[in-house]
This record gives sequence, C-alpha cells and structure tokens, in this order.
Amino acid sequence: MEIVPLGDSALVVRVREQFEDAPEETLEEVLRVFQLLQRAAIPGVIELAPAYMSVAVFFDPIAVFKSNGAANGVFDELAKRIRSAVVPASRRHRRRIAARGPRLIEIPVCYDPEFGFDLDRVAEYTKLSEREVIDLHITGEYRVACIGFVPGFTFLAGLPKNLATPRRDVPRKEIPAGSVGIGGAQTGIYPLRSPGGWNLIGRTPLKLFDPTKDPPTLLCPGDRVRFRAITREEFESLK
Amino acid sequence: MTAIVQRAGFLTSVQDLGRTGFRQFGVSTSGALDPFALRVANLLVGNDEGAAGLEITLGGLHLRFEDERIVAWCGGEFDVQIGSRALPPGHVAHLQRGDELKFGRAQIGCRCWLAISGGTDVPLVLGSRSTDLRANFGGIEGRALRDGDVVLLARRPGLSPLVTGISRWTAPHDWASRASRHPNLRFLRGVDWSRFDDVTIQRFTQHEFSVSTDSDRMGVRLDGPELKRQDETDLISEAVAPGTIQVPPSGKPILLLGDCQTIGGYPKIAHVITVDLGVAAQLRAGDGVRFFEVSLQDAHRLLMERERDLERFRIGLSLQRG
Repeated sequence: MEIVPLGDSALVVRVREQFEDAPEETLEEVLRVFQLLQRAAIPGVIELAPAYMSVAVFFDPIAVFKSNGAANGVFDELAKRIRSAVVPASRRHRRRIAARGPRLIEIPVCYDPEFGFDLDRVAEYTKLSEREVIDLHITGEYRVACIGFVPGFTFLAGLPKNLATPRRDVPRKEIPAGSVGIGGAQTGIYPLRSPGGWNLIGRTPLKLFDPTKDPPTLLCPGDRVRFRAITREEFESLK
Repeated sequence: MTAIVQRAGFLTSVQDLGRTGFRQFGVSTSGALDPFALRVANLLVGNDEGAAGLEITLGGLHLRFEDERIVAWCGGEFDVQIGSRALPPGHVAHLQRGDELKFGRAQIGCRCWLAISGGTDVPLVLGSRSTDLRANFGGIEGRALRDGDVVLLARRPGLSPLVTGISRWTAPHDWASRASRHPNLRFLRGVDWSRFDDVTIQRFTQHEFSVSTDSDRMGVRLDGPELKRQDETDLISEAVAPGTIQVPPSGKPILLLGDCQTIGGYPKIAHVITVDLGVAAQLRAGDGVRFFEVSLQDAHRLLMERERDLERFRIGLSLQRG
C-alpha cells in the first residue's frame, strides 16, 4: 500500500500497482479499503473516491491539524492514521465476502441501431456481426469498478476481450442519457446527456443518477451487473 | 424577500462552498471557484460563511432588490454600481428596497462572488445549494440565472446593519480582489511528476503559459511549450482534484477547477496549492501564468496562516457589531 499526496487537501491510497492482471482481487481490495476508511471516520476526512486501484481521501488540512496536533506534519499524521485503519484482510472478512457476495443488478438495454450508433463500427473493428456483438455483450458479467467522469457514470470491468474497441477519434459533443458504450477494454453507461468518446451500442431506459435520492446512483462500486436485451416497445414502457 | 434578475449577465449561478460527500458517486465539488472569497463576502454581510451567494462570470448582472439587504462582493476587478454610487470589492453596502446593483464587465480577472444578507434561498440538493452546471442540478433549476429570474432570499440574520449606504472600511485588499493578468501560482509536484523529462519540467517551471479561450468552470486550458511524457503507457484512471494540472496527449496542460470530473486518466504533473486556487479562478483567455514549486509543509502552513487571519477578521467584525 502506497500513500501519495494529491495536492495539499487530498491523497491517494494505492492498493495495487496493476489492475488488469487481477481485476477481481484488486476491486475487492479497493472496496475493502474504502469501507474501512469510511468506518474509521478519521477526523478531518471529508470524502473518499475509490477508483480502479486506489482510494482517494479528501481532507481539510486544518481540521486534521486541530484534531491531531500533527507534530509530524498534516500529511504524515493522516497517512499514519490511514495505515492503522487499513488492517490486513482477515480470514473472517474473506469468508464473509465469499458468503454474501455483491448484489447483482440487471440493466435492460435496447440494442436497436437507432440507439447503438456505433454498433457497425464495433462490429467492423472486432470482425463480428452486429448480432454477435450484442450477444457477447449480454453474456458478459460485469462489476462496477468505479463511478466518475460525470455523476453516476459507471466504469464496468469485465468486458469480453474480443469486444474491446478503441474510443472514437473525435468525441461526440452530446450523448443521450442512458447510452451504453464501449471505450477500449471497458464498457459503461452514460447517466446524463454529456459529451463522450465511447462507441455507443445501445441505451437503457433506467435512470442511473437522481440527485434527489440518497444514494444518488442506481449502481454502486462493487455491484455485479448483467445486461438484458429489450425491444423498442419495452424500452418505451420502462421509461 | 426576493431580488429580480433584470439581466443575468454572461454566466451567473448560485454557489455555496461546494458539495462534499458524494465524490464516490462521481459528483464533483462545484461551489464557488474561490471559496475563500465567498466566505469573506459572507462574513462582511453577517451571514454564515457557507451561505449561498452568486458567482458572477465576466459581469453583466443587474439585480433589483425587493427589500432591505446588506451586500458585499469579492473577486476580480469589476465596476459595480448601486445607482450612481460605486461599490468597490470588500466594502459593505446597505441596500434599500428598489435599489439596483449592477456589475459591469470584468477589467482584470473574470469572476466575483456576491453575498447578500440572508443568503440565496434555494433547496439543498445532496447537501449543498451549489449549481452543478454539468449535471444540471442544485441552485436554480440546475442552471445559470436567466433574465427575469426571481432569486429567493432567506430571512436576514438579526444584525443591526453596520453601515448606512456604503462602508468606508473594507476587507483586506488581497482578500477582496486577487486578480492579475500575469499571476504566479504555487504548486506541489504531481504523482506523475517523474514521468516527465528534465526538459519538460524546465518548460513547466520556467515559461509563462497563456490561458486559452476554451476554459470554463471545469478547467483552465493552457497554451505554451509542449509538455511531453517520457513513457507512453496508458495510465489507469484515478482521482483528480480542483487544482490538479493534468497533461493530455496534446501536451497542453489543463488546470482543473471546482467543476472538474472526479476521476481522470491523464498524467498529473502538479497541483496548485489551495491558497492559490482563488487566483487560478480568475484566469481568463489571454492571461499569462507561471508556476513555482513549494513544499507540502509550506502549502499547509500558508493555509493555516490564512485561516488564522480570517479568524481574527471574524472576531474583529463581531466586536464591531457589538
């Protein structure tokens, strides 16, 4: 575990140096560290932001100083507290994770070409038919690695390798909310109308981000996700 | 209990000190891009320092007040008028019902923060009144102000006004107005500092960068000598923060501000320190900026000194109010 400053009011706890060689394990460890830090409620810590291999800790340096005296400096003091909060994974924890497992959420997606603007592009690049692209995308089992970029944007790990397609050279200025895309080896869902460079293959009628709810997102880091193909009619009725 | 937006200006939005606690869901900080300026303005009018005010970009806002209010603003160099009287930054004005407050065009810098006694009364969304202009929530319907909008104001705090008309006393000058056309920004090394070669580091620390036109509340885009990475490996995305300077493949750095995304994949060469974020928030197209390295200890010391000075100022104000 490495702790590095991210400016003077945040730091990054890196739990692994690589993601691709052991995605599941890395994700579990990120989530475990995230939960431990949440529970530890270290004075001065404002919020946490988990990503693929790291958890960022945003803090108020003055509050950290006031609560600790921080003779060794605010950063070292906070790093010390983080290290003592992040105890090694116990056998009990591993058993619990194995027993309970993360929740599985099914996302209905309409893969109609009217929504999947780039189905043809993905098919061409992957040398598959559009039908095969869709079938493969549905077969995959994914996990929410992290949420970011815009509120509620889910980065999903677990895209079947032969579906990987490079991002578009010129990003689109506007992508409709609910669009499901492939960007390199990742797949994800655009929760809001926003610009973006991923290849769009379909659209979900579900609302992924709702600021009036707590939590404001339908999916949370660690969730298991499966896609289910729906017709245009189902799409309209679920909207 | 309202103010009428006669002209909304270029870009005016409701902002408080920002939205925290939802970064794990991808929700950015938003909030006043210079939170310290808003805190000072709020203290001047007798508000809690975190009350929601208005962030005015490049000027043009005209407001008519429907009841008596105390107002103050801090930020760039703007000509601000109440009728025919000028209201300089950091001064306090006692407005009467019907008074009109007009912000001219920004002379130097591009943003300022207006505090109104009582504060702007919009609903809390995810714990904040700030407008998230990218995701369109918070503030007034998640958008910038428009001509004809009615800004609801909360009940005024029970303070006897310190002034009739416009105060002669003022907040410390470098708090009231921080804009410069050629500012220096102090930075800490970024986590990817060592991915850049010596030539690039020299370019970054010794050249002036000019602010390009496509800058906004997400970030300031900079033009200057190309910054090149030594390696071309794809980085795995991780958190970025307001103040982070990232270098996309174009070699043109982007200094992130309060509306920046929560996670980014570009290498981070440096981070502007918190006490200088208010200066960064004033950068506008054509300005030139230079970067100077400081230590993490110095960044924290500067922040604590400023906080101590603000505490003294707060005590001074409350003694004056009696």
